[in-house]
Amino acid sequence: MTHVIEARDLTVAYHESPVLWDLDIDIVEGRATAIVGPNGAGKSTLLKAILGLVPIAAGTTRVFNASMQQVRQRVAYVPQRGSVDWDFPTDALDVVLMGRYGRLGWFRRPGRSDRDIAQECLDRVGMGSFANRQISQLSGGQQQRVFLARALAQQADLYLMDEPFVGVDAVTERAIVQLLHDVRDSGKTVVAVHHDLESVREYFDDVVLLNVGLIAAGPVAEVFTEDNLRRTYHGPTRPDMDRPGAPARAGSEMVPVEALLR
Amino acid sequence: MMAIIPLALFGLDVSWDATLRNVILGSVILGMTSGMVGSFAVLRRQSLIGDALAHAALPGICLAFMVTGTRSTEVLLIGGALSGLLGTAVLLVINRWSIISMETALGVVLSVFFGFGILLLTRVQHGGDAAQSGLDRFIFGQAATILPRDVTIMLVVAVIVLGVLAACFKELKVLTFDPLFAASIGVSPPLVGALLSALLVLTIMIGLQTVGVILMVSLLIAPAVAARQWTSSLAGMVLLSGFFGLVAGVSGSVASSLIDRLPTGPMIVIAATVIVALSLLFAPERGVLSTWRSRRTRAEHFRTILAAADHHGVSSR
Repeated sequence: MTHVIEARDLTVAYHESPVLWDLDIDIVEGRATAIVGPNGAGKSTLLKAILGLVPIAAGTTRVFNASMQQVRQRVAYVPQRGSVDWDFPTDALDVVLMGRYGRLGWFRRPGRSDRDIAQECLDRVGMGSFANRQISQLSGGQQQRVFLARALAQQADLYLMDEPFVGVDAVTERAIVQLLHDVRDSGKTVVAVHHDLESVREYFDDVVLLNVGLIAAGPVAEVFTEDNLRRTYHGPTRPDMDRPGAPARAGSEMVPVEALLR
Repeated sequence: MMAIIPLALFGLDVSWDATLRNVILGSVILGMTSGMVGSFAVLRRQSLIGDALAHAALPGICLAFMVTGTRSTEVLLIGGALSGLLGTAVLLVINRWSIISMETALGVVLSVFFGFGILLLTRVQHGGDAAQSGLDRFIFGQAATILPRDVTIMLVVAVIVLGVLAACFKELKVLTFDPLFAASIGVSPPLVGALLSALLVLTIMIGLQTVGVILMVSLLIAPAVAARQWTSSLAGMVLLSGFFGLVAGVSGSVASSLIDRLPTGPMIVIAATVIVALSLLFAPERGVLSTWRSRRTRAEHFRTILAAADHHGVSSR
């Protein structure tokens, strides 16, 4: 088993209390991994820490057994759809074309071949006829598919996706799952922050259960158990979690785990 | 080079002289540059940073005069640029290392720097210095003081600014649309953000003599807001915004020369505001009139369907 991502003692803190605490995580190559946990568990932060977008307080992360700087071109990142202003003056093809920027480097403009690749990627997500559509006129699901097409245009080996299924219609959800599995089946690695416990078994091979600290990680069949989920959503992970100012955890939400699992 | 643009204006019945030519040229260079650079500031929702930077230039201008004793524009503007950059640095530091919100930080930097500038200005004016410093021209602008040399400086700065803008267009675009993604592909938001701030500071330097520190921000915002109404591509918006800035510059400076005792800077700002008002009202798709009309058409359409349904005895509920 080759590890695409290796995190050791990874700790991230925005202010006083840690957002991620002492994580040891290995992501296996050629598999689809879900990152699951309650709100405030640090799921998005974990992706950002791997990408080097947030300062790491302690520990290390390695990607493809190298530093992130050295392998940027092999990694595609899909941020949350809600993190950008969709009223930005541009069309769908132009957004997908941004997936080529990393390869072009500074000062060089995208050319004919980049345009062709971008159009192909739009076709792959079923958005080929929307190439010249203003992004503000796309539905939520269509915007998400444009974001995925941009990631495909990066022609990466590792895809990090932040909640790709949030706020999308059923058609888009099926399209995304299909795409995610296609990418995985071609030997690439997919890591996605995922909210919907019901679909984890169906969509993903591996799962990382996270609540500031690591609860469990491994193949879905072994790790995605009722007991582990209860510990993820209800239990404190560190003795000092209950002090004032500790990160939010789902104790207050009390998700009925049994109901979610059926 | 300078003679090319005003040739087109000979048809106008204006008292043509060297001063007016300099004023118009200065306004054209200023309007174009601020329109194009301002597009990015507006899209990044950072237009007020431009305001803080412009105000922060005043103490630098005064200090440059006090230290060197010169009245030459370039020295004063370099002083202004330095304190403008210092203002940016203070903003970035507050934003990075404290929990004070950006708008509060903007307010603090703007008022503190401007207050300090006014304090220095008052000292200079009453300092018994025989030479009239003429520093107050930087507050509201005084286009008539623009010399041919100043026009050359403005032109050089504008060429640098627009050259960098064109060279880094792709990076500025991806940073403005999606900073997280930009960072993930190695387009560092702090680096490109600092580049954009530097371009803003340089653009403001072009405008200080014409419109001054207080009104400068409107030339960064107004053309961009107007341009966004008419176009749906970033390149289109940047170019149109530059054109609107140019039109505002020419019409403002011509208007102020036609009518006695009308200051140039405020006239340029008013011209830009008229362009904004027209764009907000009449632009297709995004304009107020167009939105109102399409909403009414849709309502009428629904009413027709409902009426037809009633007529056929189908419940409209």
